[in-house]
Amino acid sequence: MNAPETLSRWAGTGSSRVPFWAYTDAQLYRKELEKIFYGRHWCYVGLEVEIPNVGDYRLSSVGERQVILVRDRVAPRDRGTDHGIRVVENRCAHRGVRFCQQPHGTARSFVCPYHQWTYKLNGDLAGLPFKDGVQATDAQGQPCVNGGMPPDFDLKEHGLTKLRVAVLHGLVFATFSEEVEPLEQYLGPQVMPWLDRIFQGRKLTLLGYNRQRIPGNWKLMMENIKDPYHPGLLHTWFVTFGLWRADQKSRMVMDEQGRHAVMISRRNDGGANDAVTQGVTSFKADMALNDTRLLDVVPEPWWKIDDPSNPGTEITPTVTMITLFPCLIIQQQVNSLSTRHIQPRGEGSFDFVWTHFGFADDDEAMTRRRLRQANLFGPAGFVSADDGEVIQFSQDGFRQKGEDGETLCELGGTDTLATEHMVTETLIRGMYAYWRKVMGV
Amino acid sequence: MSAARTPEGAGPVDERLLLQLEIDQLNAAYAAALDERRFDDWPLFFLEEGRYTVQARENFDRKLPLALIALESRGMMRDRVYGITQTIYHGPYYTRHLLSPAQVLGQEGERIRSQAHYAVFRTKPGDASEVYNVGRYIDEIVRTPAGLKLASRTCVYDSEMVLNSLIYPI
Repeated sequence: MNAPETLSRWAGTGSSRVPFWAYTDAQLYRKELEKIFYGRHWCYVGLEVEIPNVGDYRLSSVGERQVILVRDRVAPRDRGTDHGIRVVENRCAHRGVRFCQQPHGTARSFVCPYHQWTYKLNGDLAGLPFKDGVQATDAQGQPCVNGGMPPDFDLKEHGLTKLRVAVLHGLVFATFSEEVEPLEQYLGPQVMPWLDRIFQGRKLTLLGYNRQRIPGNWKLMMENIKDPYHPGLLHTWFVTFGLWRADQKSRMVMDEQGRHAVMISRRNDGGANDAVTQGVTSFKADMALNDTRLLDVVPEPWWKIDDPSNPGTEITPTVTMITLFPCLIIQQQVNSLSTRHIQPRGEGSFDFVWTHFGFADDDEAMTRRRLRQANLFGPAGFVSADDGEVIQFSQDGFRQKGEDGETLCELGGTDTLATEHMVTETLIRGMYAYWRKVMGV
Repeated sequence: MSAARTPEGAGPVDERLLLQLEIDQLNAAYAAALDERRFDDWPLFFLEEGRYTVQARENFDRKLPLALIALESRGMMRDRVYGITQTIYHGPYYTRHLLSPAQVLGQEGERIRSQAHYAVFRTKPGDASEVYNVGRYIDEIVRTPAGLKLASRTCVYDSEMVLNSLIYPI
């Protein structure tokens, strides 16, 4: 057998040139799963509203490990302190079977079909057949017990793997790590106000799912939503209708480690502005919609908040794109809201699960508006379909060059500072500065 | 034989066969327009206020309203055609639709409910063909002076994962 190869080393100290091997090295990817997805990070697994009643569950994943998100029974006296949401790994403690095969449902308990080991909703092993053996009669006609588990077998030691769970405003996060800091601290004070703005005090409604399999490294999706440079160039709808382009008032926010980010902007009227549209082939000066209901934007009161950076003044973004490392993107683009969950599948592929939601107090017109604007997003979206495509072509480019290529992320310099504009790749540099530290490369 | 009726009383056999043939021809023409990339013709298969929806089976079965594509007029369909031909950047590909015979589910006046099963294959330049999207059309069809038109077509797809992107109509 060959000796394990040492990981590639990143030349230099910066994070503005990302080596292609960061996206293509299978051994490095296994380490990413251990250090990032199964390490000291909180991973999004779903929304509380997806499992409204006791026993409701749905499958999700943390890295490549499939987990079950389930609502447990909670004694009345604990209801003030226990949200009842549990996340357990979908792998039987007996022989390793991925026992739960229904993507969602309602259960009283979980039973592995192979040998009927039965678990409570919280993952505790409730019982198993023949634990105390089977009563029989021996050759001398005496009663005896055949088999059974050893006398020291303890049910308590053989439950499902339980993840730590944190619920924030209806978003459910889980981690295999015992050490990671509490969720709000993990997200940081720079990012929290932008989560509060969308979610705080609101009951969500589930509108549905879209799923796509993108043949690219998982980090490319995080980069895509930390990259304010491309939307006004790749996406005709954004530049033409003024939904996202470089002449808008914008802000790039990061947590202090550079791993999470928020891209904040306020739309303008679109149309020609030589500074940002001249020579931009995706800008279509004469484009008008045949049916304007596709972009029937109605401002919502919650868009306006006290500016976290300038207390006492108001700020009214029309779009906030939040990346929570390592696997969640939260989108508010005008009236369309979704979470997007990155589920890696090897170094060159990931599944991207979109969960669109609204608010319980939306009227019918607002729900219809959110659903119409969903035409912009997802695997077929007027805007987002091309993101998946360019991610695939990025991965293709990395693969053909091999070990010594690197990307160039130096728009706006090489530093990792927050900005009050969008003509920068600072958020990508911030993420890779953090990634280098975690991965030790 | 022409007087024979179905147990449901849906009409004489020859009328039913004729109707099925008409719907099959509508579907064949629809598929040919897409596979031959005559996208400008695609909205013309619908009524002016016709609806076109592509929805994951998961959402359809659970009555979740989100769709992958949800268009509510020929105007929106034209906007989609402009998108797929002018604005959505994507790797080029061909489609090939294989459709089952239509199954007429019911008829109320001029409005016919039917469904047909489809498989769409995708072929990218220089690559092998792959199964791209599989599902069924659930249709409401109306007889007009210009022939049968779709009042609504819902493409409910079984495929749990979209293979990266879905650009052209199904």
